[in-house]
Amino acid sequence: MATVAKAHSEDLPDHPHGWRRYLYSTNHKDIGTMYLVFALFGGLIGGVLSIGMRLELMHPGLQFFHDSHMFNVFTTAHGLIMIFFMVMPAMIGGFGNWMIPLMIGAPDMAFPRMNNISFWLLPASFTLLVISLFVEGEPGAPGVAAGWTIYAPLSTTGHPGPAVDFAILSLHLAGASSILGAINFITTIFNMRAPGMTMHKMPLFVWSQLVTVFLILLAMPVLAGGITMLLTDRNFGTTFFTPGGGGDPLLFQHLFWFFGHPEVYILIVPGFGMISQIVATFAKKPVFGYLGMAYAMVAIGGIGFVVWAHHMYTVGMSTSAQAYFVVATMVIAVPTGVKIFSWIATMWGGSLEFKTPLLWAIGFIFLFTVGGVTGVVLANAGVDRSLQDTYYVVAHFHYVLSLGAVFTIFAGWYYWFPKMSGYMYSETIGKLHFWLTFIGVNIVFFPQHFLGLAGMPRRVADYPDAFAGWNLVSSLGSYLSGLGALVFFFGVALAFMRKEKAADNPWGAGATTLEWTLPSPPPFHQYNELPLIK
Amino acid sequence: MLVRKRLTLVAITLVAILMGGKAALAGLGQPSPWQVGLQQSASPVMDNIIWFHDFLLYIITGIVGFVLVLLVVVMVRFNARTNPIPSRTTHHTLIEIAWTLIPIVILMFIAVPSFKLLFFQLNVPPADLTVKATGKQWYWSYSYPDNGQFEFDSLMLKEGERKEGQPRLLAVDNEMVVPVNKTVRVITTGSDVIHSFAVPSFGIKIDAVPGRINETWFTATREGVYYGQCSELCGKDHAFMPIAVRAVSEQAFSAWVEEAKKKYARDEAPPATTVAAAQSTPQ
Repeated sequence: MATVAKAHSEDLPDHPHGWRRYLYSTNHKDIGTMYLVFALFGGLIGGVLSIGMRLELMHPGLQFFHDSHMFNVFTTAHGLIMIFFMVMPAMIGGFGNWMIPLMIGAPDMAFPRMNNISFWLLPASFTLLVISLFVEGEPGAPGVAAGWTIYAPLSTTGHPGPAVDFAILSLHLAGASSILGAINFITTIFNMRAPGMTMHKMPLFVWSQLVTVFLILLAMPVLAGGITMLLTDRNFGTTFFTPGGGGDPLLFQHLFWFFGHPEVYILIVPGFGMISQIVATFAKKPVFGYLGMAYAMVAIGGIGFVVWAHHMYTVGMSTSAQAYFVVATMVIAVPTGVKIFSWIATMWGGSLEFKTPLLWAIGFIFLFTVGGVTGVVLANAGVDRSLQDTYYVVAHFHYVLSLGAVFTIFAGWYYWFPKMSGYMYSETIGKLHFWLTFIGVNIVFFPQHFLGLAGMPRRVADYPDAFAGWNLVSSLGSYLSGLGALVFFFGVALAFMRKEKAADNPWGAGATTLEWTLPSPPPFHQYNELPLIK
Repeated sequence: MLVRKRLTLVAITLVAILMGGKAALAGLGQPSPWQVGLQQSASPVMDNIIWFHDFLLYIITGIVGFVLVLLVVVMVRFNARTNPIPSRTTHHTLIEIAWTLIPIVILMFIAVPSFKLLFFQLNVPPADLTVKATGKQWYWSYSYPDNGQFEFDSLMLKEGERKEGQPRLLAVDNEMVVPVNKTVRVITTGSDVIHSFAVPSFGIKIDAVPGRINETWFTATREGVYYGQCSELCGKDHAFMPIAVRAVSEQAFSAWVEEAKKKYARDEAPPATTVAAAQSTPQ
């Protein structure tokens, strides 16, 4: 059947070949693949930047950078690249594009041409960001060094050169790309489910994508508004964020975090979906509390919009405002707890097979819990007073993103690699990659809690000598994680060289979603006859 | 097996860290090498922060430990070898209610002391004196409106300027001086971009925002020098604009004020305050 379907589709006269197949692509799988390749590329660059920072921070004093400006160009670029050009393209553009149509039994996305422009805006956006690195930012120095948060007035009067303008345009394009993608995903999920697949029968990965794209649709325009005001403040004499003209620098922070907090859920919620699929598959057991899991994500997404100012406890907000944000923020722990415990309950009574994707999933559950509970600490404005803008915050958000979101990406990668490529990966290499990364990232980020408690500020290229010890440990850990990343790339290359054919369903009875009923890799066009869901 | 060993190791490490956190010796007013906890307290607010943080640390360690134990049990008891036939359980109403309600109860336990601490921090008590800290690229200026309006700049000491024992990147040329056991109100503003005034030992951190006055307070309970660093990214030399507060006896403070009035006297009279301006208009 597979060969018939394949031969059939490749014979279509209007199916472009060679470079046109990708540049003009309207096929969700080809576009998904391009997103994934792009994310690998983004992750490589973002990772190299982080190793650069850890090299500098390994010892007190300035060793590799002349001054903190260039160091903060690195922190800024690392943040923006990892968020917009690694995690989002991998999870939403990559796995979302690939798997949503397969899982809901649809032949393709609702708007295939819009899907094409969603992807191709990203390389343009990335190019603008790269240009920003080479034009003046702070007086006489190239690049944006205002952090990924680009707070005014550091990003306005503090950066007179055009670098910030390029970064703003880059964010505009990335935002447009993800808004278009979000519209596409919402339409697809609402309208193109196979007969019989009700909303409450959708796989949790599709639910997670649905929640995520709604967050994108509602949050990205706020960022677009905020950075447009920044752009006009910079170039056209408006004073939205300038007190001298009646503006307020804190307005930018409110706008930024109204986008920024949902954004962190945009980065992690698709991962929740992947973990649910993977845990159920390898426990050979359906997901525990399916409805609770789905609506926990909806709740996390909803509450995620009303907690933004917990990033701003030290700006001088009123007592009542701070008290409100403390409560609202802590409430998020409840649906998050539901998810953690439901994953464990899914495995409880199961028959676990410790394949590479499951290792990443269990690693994620544990590390995300660690990052989650430090989030509860930071939610309390009283103690956040001591921890705001210190390495404790850096440790917290890397536990939930670098060790959370990135672990889910690798879990999803190993889980779907056989389906997407048609080849099996090497379990040995996959497990080696997991252990190197798991040990490495914990050595990087756990000591950063200590540094933060002791008072080390973030975004500094040099620190008082007392912080030297844990910084050395942290840097050594980053080299180990870097080695893990090399093992990953080696594993990918090896899988394509070995060409060990993957079965349609390599994971056995636990893999119950529709993509496993298709050949590996799926035909160019799938579901010529729509599957019927009972 | 490997998973199990590794996880036990993690558990042991976590416990060790919890113990270590309590036992670690933190220096007064500045961080110490290999420190794992908060800096030593020198103010009532910081006493409360440390108590609350330790309280939270017990709770979150308990939660992480609980999740870890569950994961280990699941991996040992429910793997393909020990449990080849998986169950089909997908619901258990009671347990689902429990894992929703119990976290809510825990959060309420956290919220009560959290609010107490928050209100204690944010209700500025009647102050004995006010110091205005202005964040500038890249140094702090301090002025003493209650003690004669003098203002001075406080810059980080560079290589070669420091005396024996002064910490690198923390020591400054002119420290902010306050009397011990007096309530000091700090008001902050930024003159160019946003900075943040922070002294870990006092448990204070307040942004210095252009066009805006923020306030906080502390009462230094011991004499000594307390260091902090700018805590909001403010450009190239963000890492090099430390805060140094010297808490001294009341007599020493009065003596310092007299000296400071002369030392930091400006060529012309200080810019007229609104009151002075109002008085001078009739002339």
